Amino acid sequence: MNSRTTRTITAAFSVAALAGALAGCGAKAGESADAAESCVETDGDTVKIGFLNSLSGTMAISETTVFKSLSMAAEEINADGGVLGKQLEIVSEDGQSEPTVFAEKATKLIDQDCVAAVFGGWTSSSRKAMLPVFEGKDALLFYPVQYEGLEASENIFYTGATTNQQIIPALDYLKDEKGIESIFLVGSDYVFPRTANAIIQAYAEEHGIEVLGEEYQPLGSTSFGTVVDKVKAAGADAVFNTLNGDSNVAFFKEYKGKGLTAESMPVVSVSIAEEEVPGVGVDNLVGQYTAWNYYQTLETPVNEEFVAAFKEANGAKAVTSDPMEAAYTSLHLWKGMVEKADSFDVDDVVAAADGVTFEAPEGTVTVNGENHHIAKTALIGQIREDGLIETVWSSDGPIEPDPFLEGYAWWEGE
Amino acid sequence: MSRRTTLLTALGWLALAAALLGLAPALLSDFRLGLLAKYCCYAIAAVGIGLAWGRGGMLVLGQGLYFGLGGYAMAMHLKLTDAGPGQVPDFMVLYAGGEMPVWWEPFRSPVVTLLAILLLPVLVATVLGAAIFKRRVKGAYFAILSQALTAAFAILLIGQVKTTGGFNGLNNFQSFFGYSLYDPVNKRMLYFLAAGVLLASVALMAQLHRSRFGELLVATRDAEERVRFLGHDPANVKLVAYVLAAVLASVGGALFVPVVGIISPEDVGVGASIALVAGVALGGRASLFGPALGALLVGYAETSLSESFPGSWSYFQGGLFVVVVLLLPGGLAQALSALASVRHRVGGPPGGRRRRERPASDRTRPGPTTPQEVTA
Repeated sequence: MNSRTTRTITAAFSVAALAGALAGCGAKAGESADAAESCVETDGDTVKIGFLNSLSGTMAISETTVFKSLSMAAEEINADGGVLGKQLEIVSEDGQSEPTVFAEKATKLIDQDCVAAVFGGWTSSSRKAMLPVFEGKDALLFYPVQYEGLEASENIFYTGATTNQQIIPALDYLKDEKGIESIFLVGSDYVFPRTANAIIQAYAEEHGIEVLGEEYQPLGSTSFGTVVDKVKAAGADAVFNTLNGDSNVAFFKEYKGKGLTAESMPVVSVSIAEEEVPGVGVDNLVGQYTAWNYYQTLETPVNEEFVAAFKEANGAKAVTSDPMEAAYTSLHLWKGMVEKADSFDVDDVVAAADGVTFEAPEGTVTVNGENHHIAKTALIGQIREDGLIETVWSSDGPIEPDPFLEGYAWWEGE
Repeated sequence: MSRRTTLLTALGWLALAAALLGLAPALLSDFRLGLLAKYCCYAIAAVGIGLAWGRGGMLVLGQGLYFGLGGYAMAMHLKLTDAGPGQVPDFMVLYAGGEMPVWWEPFRSPVVTLLAILLLPVLVATVLGAAIFKRRVKGAYFAILSQALTAAFAILLIGQVKTTGGFNGLNNFQSFFGYSLYDPVNKRMLYFLAAGVLLASVALMAQLHRSRFGELLVATRDAEERVRFLGHDPANVKLVAYVLAAVLASVGGALFVPVVGIISPEDVGVGASIALVAGVALGGRASLFGPALGALLVGYAETSLSESFPGSWSYFQGGLFVVVVLLLPGGLAQALSALASVRHRVGGPPGGRRRRERPASDRTRPGPTTPQEVTA
């Protein structure tokens, strides 16, 4: 065969491929394509649900605990007779700490495994990556982590706090209880801290609090000498910390090293829970504040049972924290919605969602059918010498979720 | 080159075409076909790496840079068409107060976008390549430099939340040049497009390998000084191969965006770049089909391993690479040709002698690119 023949064949095939591609065109943009029929199997004794957590990569350390508490919730539900009499069958996938993988695995869980709902995601980027998948396929995602708000998808239930259930109560606490007049903002450079700080800036302006500085470091950065020098020089009454991951270790070491303490200049953190305290070092954190909706130390019968069950499953040293509690709660809330709807169908479940409640370890939570968030009680905690966090302030009962901050006149929104 | 080799090459290409265009669409579900389309995008970039590294001896550890240029150019165009004329993409409304930087504006035009996908990598690779090769930077230094560039690119993307979506990247695309991306039929169309481009790029490589330039590139890899003494400038030869590899990576990245539906810094960073090179090493970097098949195989292995063992799949993948580097430094292509030569020696026709006319590159030889560099 000579080269001309080869070339002719190549050309012929390329043309054929292109022709095949074009001949097979479907709906144009704007036309509605046939929505894929749901393939969820509900005739048998079991129903499939998907857990999508990062079991490898940088987020594995946090998301593995979410996976464990989801598994625990599923076991409890199965032991208790399942959902609508069907045992839950778990399909677990690894999100690999990469948004692209989250999108791919979500597609797989919906299309290949035909799960009735998916539970998981942690970073905002993983949620943003999955959102179009769930909307495009009209499937359900339960997202268990506090986040930056400004989102309300029909196909996602947000069981972590939105900003008016975590950040704004923390600011109220600093203003009313601590009487601060100035604040310094430190955060990792990505969407959550940027959005959180925009909200804090607006709040501060409204309430006459002076923002003395706003510093960002790339995710994973561990050089905080300059930042802490700036914080110290500014001499604010408090620091609001939206750093994530390893950066907290470097920040708090430097903070303590430069002679700053919880008494002289308290730090409120929104990404440090019981799970992260040993990593950052209890010595560096004692006396500092956190803002969440759940702590292991909560003295309610439900929580004591939850903590005991988790320790039994994962060892006496295991601690419980807010995101894993929210994940545990999310599975029970889905059960509540399905049973209220008496159906596993996504539209039925969404329609039934409003007002579904659950006696969660954090207290009673209620689903808001309008924005798909849940009403939660805000808790300000102080880190103890044993690494656990003690509640020092709590909101008057559960706060209704307001992801777009429509009830706050000082927030102009987008 | 012997007629026999040419015939084998043509048959191999036809087999690949039959598998990708005929067999796969007939057998696979829409979801699996979508994944295969993604592997094809990686494979297009891998074909370029095969040229630069396998034939040219330049260990390009940073192809994510070019993959990202093409990918982000395409993603920007898709975001802008979704937003509509005069509007800004949704994430800018959220994070940047609705302000769009001027350099986004040209990507509204599909023509400019397609040109950018082809010409941006040419521009960047020419400037970088000229500076690097004229200074005779090679070996590990070149590899480190290329990787540092891609790391810098990813960090730059992460830092610019308001213009690039930062960590989140760009996603939530509704349409691709007027076709709805929610329609499974259009997803199949995208698969055929990716597979067609992959086949075309392999065919291009087949022509290049047998061309005068291909011979010169291999000569440069094996004895750069001799090529210089013969009156050629090795820098120019390497530059052409490097630029071609960059363009292929960019095209792969551009197709990746509508196929997968998202591009983020994770897809263009150091990890992604190394994964591309790993596929090429697995398949056999100097062979014609090796890089593409290796990339397809690594993509498939990653998916199926992570689905079967969500908690521990990365160990299997690591183990696979260790085995290949230790036992098969020439990749799977080496294993196949070893099998073929055994058959020849046992009962083969005298044609076996002619096989030695193959260019040096088809043999695995210790040279400027030792297998150890793969793990570097």
